[in-house]
Order: sequence, then C-alpha cells, then structure tokens
Amino acid sequence: MSLDTVAHAQANPDSKQPYAELGLKDDEYAHIKEILGRRPTSSELAMYSVMWSEHCSYKSSKVHLKQFGDKAPHSDALLVGIGENAGVVDIGQGYAVTFKIESHNHPSFIEPYQGAATGVGGIVRDILTMGARPIAVMDPLRFGPADAPDTHRVLPGIVAGIGGYGNCLGLPNLGGEIVFDETYAGNPLVNALCVGVMRHEDIKLAKAHGTGNLVVLFGAKTGGDGIGGVSVLASETFNAAKPTKRPSVQVGDPFAEKVLIECCLEIFAADLVIGIQDLGGAGLSCATSELASAGSGGMDIQLEKVPLRDPSLSPEEILMSESQERMCAIVEPSKIKHFLGICRKWDVTATVIGEVTDGTRLNITFNGDLIVDVPPRTVAHDGPVYNRPFAEPNYIKALPGSSFSVPLPTTPAEIKAAILKLMSSPNMADKSWVTSQYDKYVQGNSVLAQPEDSGMIRIDEQTNLGVAISTDANARWSYLNPYEGAKLALAESCRNIAVTGAKPLAVSNCLNFGSPEDPDVMWQFAETVRGLADACLELGLPVTGGNVSFYNQTGTVAILPTPVIAVLGVIQDVRERTPMGISRDGLELFLFGATDQNFSGSEWAYLHGELGNVAPLSDLAMEARLIELLLEGQPLFESAHDLSNGGLAASLSEMVLRHGIGANVQLESIASALLVETPGRVLVAVDPSATEAISGLAAKFNIPVTKIGVTGGAELNINGAAISITELRAAFTETFPKLFG
Amino acid sequence: MKIGVVTFPGSLDDRDAARAVERAGGIAVPLWHGSDDLKEVQAVILPGGFSYGDYLRCGAISRFAPVMKSIILAAEHGFPVLGICNGFQVLTEAHMLPGALTRNQGLHFLCTDQKLRIENNESMWTSGFEKNEEIVIPLKNGEGSFQCDDETLAMLEGEGRVVVRYLGQDPNGSRNLIAGISNARGNVVGLMPHPEHAIETLTGPSEDGLTFFTSILHQMVGR
Repeated sequence: MSLDTVAHAQANPDSKQPYAELGLKDDEYAHIKEILGRRPTSSELAMYSVMWSEHCSYKSSKVHLKQFGDKAPHSDALLVGIGENAGVVDIGQGYAVTFKIESHNHPSFIEPYQGAATGVGGIVRDILTMGARPIAVMDPLRFGPADAPDTHRVLPGIVAGIGGYGNCLGLPNLGGEIVFDETYAGNPLVNALCVGVMRHEDIKLAKAHGTGNLVVLFGAKTGGDGIGGVSVLASETFNAAKPTKRPSVQVGDPFAEKVLIECCLEIFAADLVIGIQDLGGAGLSCATSELASAGSGGMDIQLEKVPLRDPSLSPEEILMSESQERMCAIVEPSKIKHFLGICRKWDVTATVIGEVTDGTRLNITFNGDLIVDVPPRTVAHDGPVYNRPFAEPNYIKALPGSSFSVPLPTTPAEIKAAILKLMSSPNMADKSWVTSQYDKYVQGNSVLAQPEDSGMIRIDEQTNLGVAISTDANARWSYLNPYEGAKLALAESCRNIAVTGAKPLAVSNCLNFGSPEDPDVMWQFAETVRGLADACLELGLPVTGGNVSFYNQTGTVAILPTPVIAVLGVIQDVRERTPMGISRDGLELFLFGATDQNFSGSEWAYLHGELGNVAPLSDLAMEARLIELLLEGQPLFESAHDLSNGGLAASLSEMVLRHGIGANVQLESIASALLVETPGRVLVAVDPSATEAISGLAAKFNIPVTKIGVTGGAELNINGAAISITELRAAFTETFPKLFG
Repeated sequence: MKIGVVTFPGSLDDRDAARAVERAGGIAVPLWHGSDDLKEVQAVILPGGFSYGDYLRCGAISRFAPVMKSIILAAEHGFPVLGICNGFQVLTEAHMLPGALTRNQGLHFLCTDQKLRIENNESMWTSGFEKNEEIVIPLKNGEGSFQCDDETLAMLEGEGRVVVRYLGQDPNGSRNLIAGISNARGNVVGLMPHPEHAIETLTGPSEDGLTFFTSILHQMVGR
C-alpha cells in the first residue's frame, strides 16, 4: 500500500476515507477538512479520530464539566488544577500531592485481566508524569449480580489484573469499593486511583517549549495493541452483532512500567526534562499534539524512528497504538546525553524522534515523506463540543407517587436474622478474598487500608505528615436523584476522611454513565455534575481533575448513574489516626447525627428487591459541622466509623468484627435505627471519662448525639438479640470464598 | 555495621529493607545488581519484589547478575546473606539454598498477616529470637509454596535448617509448612514472609520483624 502523504491527499481530494469506521461522524469529518483546507491524510485522520473520541475530547461532557471551574471555591492548596495529567495540591511542609481516578471499564469487560491491569498502569503513569513518585493505588469496582456467570468471568480476572500489575509495581493497594448491581452486568466498572508525592519544586508539566529541544520517546516499544482503544472501544455502546473488540485492549507489562518509574524519577531528580507526557489513550497522537499545543505549537516528528515491536505497523497504526509503558519527554540538547545514560542504566529504550520548532504546525514525516501537517491545537483541544439534549426521565417523574415496603424486624430473633442476612450479602460481606490479592504493605508507609474507612499513607517519616484517600458512590441514590446523589457521595467521602482524623482537602472524580446519546442518561449526567460542583463549592473543596466514562450500557439498559468521588485529606501526625475497630472492653458507643425512617436506596431495600422512591436530601452545612466535630474531637475517639451502606447494623458489625470485641446496644425504633442509611452519621467509641466532652462537642457543633451502648464481651447484643462474634464472623466471611472459590 | 541491600530491576522492598536495617541501628548501603562491588558491607539482604518481572521463573534471571557472583563467593566463606521473598527465590535459583518456590496452592497472590514459629534461633539472622517463639509478620507473594524432594526435606528437618514455619492455616501449600530455611552453616537464610514490613505497629502488624535485623547486627558486633 502506498503512503498517503500530504501531497497525495492534495492531489486526490476525493479518495474515500473510512472515517465512520474510525468513529467519526459526517459533520466531524467535514470539520476536519475545513480545518486543513483539504481532506486529511490517513495518518491525520487516524489522529483526529482518536483525539476527537468521546474518551479523549469529552465532547458530550465538556459543556457541563466547566461548572467545576465556574463554581470553584477559592483554595490556597491547589498548585495545579484541571487540564494537566493530574491535579496537584499542597499538603504543607513543602510536599505536593497529586491524585487522580480514571475508568477502564470497557477494556475490562472485554479482557478482564489486561483491561484492569492496564487501567492501573495508565493512572500510575499520569501521576508519574506530574513529577511525583506514585505511593498508593485504590480500585473502586462494580459488577453484575454476584452469582451471575459473567461476574464469575470478569471479577476474578479484574482482581487478578489489578493485583498482578499493581503488586509488581510496588504500590500498596489501600482498597476501594466492591458493589454488585444488576445494571452492571455486561458493564462492569473498573475505576483506578493513584496518588503520588513530590516536593513543590519538582512539579512537571506537559508542554513543549524551546526551539531545537528534542522530543524523546522512551519506555516500551510500540506494538499493534490497543489500536482504537479510546475511539472504537471506550466511546461506543457494546453491541453483540459487531465483531469482537479484543484487539483494541492493550496488553500490560508491569515490569517495564516499574523500571520506567524508577528511570523517570532519576531523570526528574537530575532535572533533565522541559516537559513530559505519558502515552495512554490515543498513544503518540495524544502525546505529540498535547505537548506541542501546550507549547508554542511547532514540532517535527520522524515517525520511522519510533522503535517497533512489530515492524509491519503502518504509520497510521503507530500513531494510534496504545501500547503501554511509554513516555514522551522534551529534553534540551545539552542534557540529552545524561538523559539517555539514565535510560541505559535502567535498560529502558529511548529514542529521539523529533524536535520542537519555531513554527505553529505539528509535522510528522515517515522516511522523509510528509504525512501529517496540522495545527496541534485542533487535534488536542478543538474537538467537537456537543450540547446533547437532556430531559428529566419519565421514571423520575413517576417516583414520588410510587410506594414500596420492606419487612421490618422487631423481635430479637428477627433482628438477629436481619443482621446475618445483611452482613452475608455480597455488597456487605467481607472483601478479604479480593483485598488479600493486593499488596498493602509495600513501601512501608501504609497506616490504614481496607477495611478501614479510608486509606492512609505516611508521607514523611520524621514529621509523620500523612494523607488519607477515600472513594465513594451511592449509585442507587444517584438513580433516584442524581443531583442529591452526587452531593451525598462527596459528603460520604469527606466523612470517611474525617473519621480517621484527616482534613478533607481536594476532590477528584470518575463519572460512570450510560450513553450520552440517551437524553435520560444525559440528564442524569448534567444533574450529577451540577450537584457535585455545588457541593464542592459549599464544602470549599477544589476539584483537581477527573474522568468521564460514557457508553456503559448494553442495548437500552444503562448502568445506574455512578459518580465515584475521591477525596484526599491531610493529617499532621499519622500516629494520631483513629481506626474503625473496637479496641477494648468498657468503651461507650455514641452515635452522632439524626436517623430518619427513609429506606430508599438502602441495602436493606435492595435485598428485598426494592429501590425506594425519594433519595435522602443532603445537608452540607450539617456535614461540614460534623467534619469539624470529628477533627476537633479526634483525640477523644478510640475508634470511629462512618455509617453508610447497611446503616448502623453494618457499622456496628464491622466495628466488633475488626478485633473480635463485642458490644451491647440498646436502640429505639429498632428497625429503622438499625437499617436505614440516613446520611451524616458517625459512630464513635470513647472512654467513659470522655462522656461529658462528647456532649460538649455535640452541643458546640449542633449535631445530635445518642449514647447507644458499651463495648465488651464475645457477642453483638442489640436489644436482647445476641449474635456471637463467631457466628457473625462466619456469616460475614463465608460469602466471597463460597462465590468465587 | 554496614549492611548492603541489593536493587535488581523490579526490586520493590529494597527501600523497606534499608529502613529496617536503619531502625535496627545499622547502616544500609544500596548495592546495584549490575556491579560486583559489595562496597565493604558486612552482610547483604536480597529484598522482595519482582526482579526482572519474575519472567522465566522468579529469581531465574537475577541469579546471573554481576552482584550475585560476589555474593555467592563471599557466602561460601561465611558472609551473611538474607533473602526475603523474591530474595529467597533468587537464593534457591542460585543454589545457595535447596528447594524451589512454586505457585501458591490457591493460585492467587496472597497478602496476609502470617503467624510463624521460629524453629531455629541459631542462624545469624534469627539469633535474637527465643527458640519456638511465635511471631506475626506479613506474607505477600504469588509463588511462595516451598517444594523439594523427600531426601532434601529429611536433610533440612534433620539438620535443623528449617528456620521459620507457618502456624495455623496452611497459606500456600509449602512442604512441612516451611516458611524459611538456612544453609548448613547458618549464614545464608531465605524466607518468604517479610520481616521488614513488621518493624513498627504504625505500618505493620507487629514489631516482630525487627529482630531479624538486630540479630545480624549483634552477630557482627560479637565477631
């Protein structure tokens, strides 16, 4: 096949091009022709098709996401905001922390192990690109019903992939979430979070400045894997009639990434790069066009210099390949020798593939023939923007009038049965089967990990400064009311940070939705973004970045709207952190927050096939006071645990099971007290001498408080319903091994 | 007291091992796989990780590293060597210790707080423990099932060279629940669990692991 050069494109303006197969619409193709003043070459078409995909261009979400900027609260902590590979926040003592969460949903459904593994790899490179040493990962996961055959295909593979890649990188995995719901059957969600740390002065950005500076591609060689991953895979609804998309999934090599990390950190320490960008979605197309457009715009690339794993790859394929473990750096000529020397030390292949020019065009040649001549901004940033139609769905309109009922336990026998049923259900049961496949100890700084409320990492061994990270979503509430659901997810994530003693500082998000071409889904999305932006403003937390995953739907069935909200907090002394488990006999248990009667969206309702009708309304002013209370009262708390899924029943069970120390509890309105999931509640255990101080705190911050019992013994006793720890532990721990072997 | 910690490409727990050495009161010296220079250290730790990505077999490529030539030679003259997890795998691949580490019986990577019994407190790395002392330190690996032939097993047991043994539920299918062994002389010890991750209760399940590092420092002082 002859090369489709720029000259050839000019001479043959009417050649038919496969733009539709590459995921471009008619008007998008016409717009490309308008930008270039001619038809694109096949290489240019390849670049535009991946960069203008939903996944890369955020074309359906952009108009909504700008609220995160418009409504941004003032924050002194924000060092790098939305738009770079990951946001960076100041945590004090000269340290900067970067964190980000991304989806790898579609590839993980097609090829669970590699899909999940490369999801970890991609987010870790984003963090590394900022100049940071990656220090921890977390993985919120969602699956179809636990007993469904396809869940048994995808779950073990996804867990093994996350473990296989993350463990080999030497990154502690602090947890995440695992949730089962029918709507995720065929659309499992694999979200991957990474956090990294650096000194303020070490922050790196993705930009190409300085005429004559060199463009260096380093890391793994380029292969034919993952071609079109972002366009044909992540930006379309699954359709059984179409051919398999397996070749669009990338294949990961964690060893290559581990040496790339160490190599990059050594390069950063020697201050050898002007700008740096990782190669993830859209590969070289993305890296070259983004680096160039963040600089003056001019860049020349000699594509034949790209080291190939498969020599038969065409220029178009080289530009679209999403082969993993690759980075692209801009290096001054005077520093290139040093740069290449460090790469040699780590056995990392590094090749100069081009240079920054004083022009405004990204020019790519292949063996001397010009095959790409574009203004880089038009590829990287000037993609189409859609104002997609959205409208309140009919199901929302029907909710207020609907009714539902769930059985309410009253007798001791019923209470016991309810708690055992709840705690053995897949959503609530012990997740050790999963988390024991992840290394939580490596790097030696993991202070808290699953099943604690948040993950906590020590940043400085001398000062004991640390960070806490939590990810949360309640998709059932989001389905019932996406605006409130987003606010509640943020509140819960903040609460999970605060119960450990850390102060919430910044927010990242991964917004998982169905097809944006469906007005119902688009409405869910718009409401979610509005809710999250409002909530961030009200709680004074900046959004540092995020990720949108659309097209999580099979046919007409979309997933529940699932905004996963990640919050990063800072703690001055990690030795003071509050764990969730009851540590000894004779402590008093206090419940902060008020409990209502609303079972909508609760686990208990879900277990009875009900979703409910009206989601709880958030009260962020109260949540903010509760956070203040938790931080001020922290020295008093021997343990503290957020109430969320499964309500008080779940929190109590988790607290007694942690160290096998029981509790005796008395509650009024037993069924709702135990099983509703009213937001804004926290359970703490304190020494009896602190009783007065607890009342004082509650009064000061205007938060209701109730003493509900004392700790001790070998059973959880609730209003006379006695469950031995042994029996409760059996119910809690047997579920996953029974389901997954 | 200078203790070297080797970094192979893909080593992960090298910085943790160095931290443990320092906490125990020693000086940790980084050693690079590509150099045969042991920098005058008095003992060496081969840390955990996935050296060379565990490609071919765990430890199979690392055993040929230039640094290993020096270590093998020195160990023959009584130089103390501790192999943790991947380091243990390197030691068996280098035939400095007998047997092999194979895929866990459950076929999964397993990270857990593991109960162990110190069976032999006469090795250079376990001399600070009581005999039969029970400890808890993290176990984290995918290929930790210790296997050997019957003859080797009888030799290891007969000569008291089983240094640590798993207690409670069998985590991985190791023969005779063997978690760690030594060479005949007791200067080379390999174990799958990670003592360097149990040096403070803030970040580990116990402080039990620290004794491995204080043991060797006391041994060196005693010389």
